[in-house]
Amino acid sequence: MRLRDVARILDAEVLTGEDKLDLQVEAGCGCDLISDLLAFTKERMLVLTGLVSPQIIRAAEMVDLAAIVFVRGKRPTGDIIDMGKELDLPIMCTHYPLYESAGLLFTAGLPGWRDWPRVVGGAQDAP
Amino acid sequence: MRLEYRVAGRDFQAAGGAAAKIKRTLRQIGIDAETARRVGIVAYEAEMNIVIHAYRGTIRIDILPERVNIRADDEGPGIPDITLAMQVGYSTAPEDIKEMGFGAGLGLPNMKRYSNELEVKSQVGSGTSIIAVINLPAKEGS
Repeated sequence: MRLRDVARILDAEVLTGEDKLDLQVEAGCGCDLISDLLAFTKERMLVLTGLVSPQIIRAAEMVDLAAIVFVRGKRPTGDIIDMGKELDLPIMCTHYPLYESAGLLFTAGLPGWRDWPRVVGGAQDAP
Repeated sequence: MRLEYRVAGRDFQAAGGAAAKIKRTLRQIGIDAETARRVGIVAYEAEMNIVIHAYRGTIRIDILPERVNIRADDEGPGIPDITLAMQVGYSTAPEDIKEMGFGAGLGLPNMKRYSNELEVKSQVGSGTSIIAVINLPAKEGS
C-alpha cells in the first residue's frame, strides 16, 4: 500500500514527507509505548500511535520505519514535525482512533507483521 | 573506531540523541543497514535506561572488524534483581515516566533480542554496566 492510499483511507493530514507519498509500506503496527515500537516493528513499516512525543520519532529512526500516523486527532508539536523533516520521515495525523485506523488499513489490505516476536511468557524469538 | 557519549539522567530533551548519532555514524562508515538498526536499538534502550533510572552515565561503542561492542555504564541506584529485570513486562519506571511512553518492561529484553551477547552487571547503590556485542555479517568471499 502506498502512503498516498494510507492518507486517503484515514482522511489524514500529511504534515511532513509530501514528496514521499508514493512510497510503499509493507505492514502496519499500532502502539503507544516506545519499547513496544522497538520490539514489534521492523524496517519499512507504518506505525499508528496516540503517543505524541519526540521519542516516537527517535525510535522510528532507530527501526527505519516508513512513516508515522498520529491517531485520535492528536497533532504533534513543532519540534516533532521539525525532527520528521530533518529525518525525511513522513508524518500524518488522523481524527480516527487507533482501533478504527488499524481496522480501516487492515481491511484495505495492509497486513500486520505476520512474524512478530512472541514475547508472552518471557521468551522472545530471535529478530 | 570508538565513539563515546555522556548521558544525563532525566534529560528527556536530549534523550535518544546519542543513539541517533551512533546509528548515523555506523551508516556513514559503511556498516550495513540491519546491523546499524540493531546497534541503534540496543544503544537507544541503554541510553533510555540511564535517562530514566540513573543520575548520569556513558555509552561507548567500539567498532571492530567482526563485531560492534556497546558498553553503557551508569552511576545510579543499580538493579537489585537482574533476573527479574530481564523478564518481559517487568518495569520499575515511575508513573510520570510511563505517561511519556516508557516502562513497557521491554528495555533489557529488547537489548537481549537484538544482541548476540548481553551481560548486565549491577551493584545496588552504585550503578549498572551493560555490555552488548553485535556481530557484523560475514563479508562475501571470506
